[in-house]
Amino acid sequence: MSETTSPVQSRIEREIADHPVMLYMKGTAMFPQCGFSARVVQILSHMGVQFATANVLEDPDLRDGIKQFSNWPTVPQLYVKGEFIGGCDIVTEMFQSGELEALFAEKGVSGNA
Amino acid sequence: MAMSAGEIEALIRAALPDARVAVEDLAGDGDHYAASVVSESFRGRSRIQQHQMVFAALGGRMGGQLHALALQTSAPDQEKTQ
Repeated sequence: MSETTSPVQSRIEREIADHPVMLYMKGTAMFPQCGFSARVVQILSHMGVQFATANVLEDPDLRDGIKQFSNWPTVPQLYVKGEFIGGCDIVTEMFQSGELEALFAEKGVSGNA
Repeated sequence: MAMSAGEIEALIRAALPDARVAVEDLAGDGDHYAASVVSESFRGRSRIQQHQMVFAALGGRMGGQLHALALQTSAPDQEKTQ
């Protein structure tokens, strides 16, 4: 990671600490502006977990910053309890295999219940 | 701007010579692809690490020149049967 902590890096650190399930995406949960972001929202909603989102399209610093933060070149990016889980493909694979549900259970994030 | 499936495949193979690579042009627009990559070098690595190895092979094009590449990675005998 970078030498000095920039404001946007601190913002990300704070957000992923404050929100057990944090999604960086294009658009909002209500109005996703990219198919990949939409799919992750759909999976999380389907699982009934509460999640917070940040819209990278509203903030160019965040859009670059989140990519640097995780060394991951694309958005969406899902964080659970401060840990980077992956982008759309990984989240989809984990959902289909049941790993995502197991991860939420292990991390104490409650879903449909 | 867009990349051809052949270019994507060649870049991945250059970095992971043993890889079996299949690239599919999803929309026929040279901009939305799906790739599956099977390589021994993925063994023992997390999915995030596996994807990061492919992103590295693409040399910074991912998320820029290459907008959409759905990615599936695995080691040879860990492929999912679908």
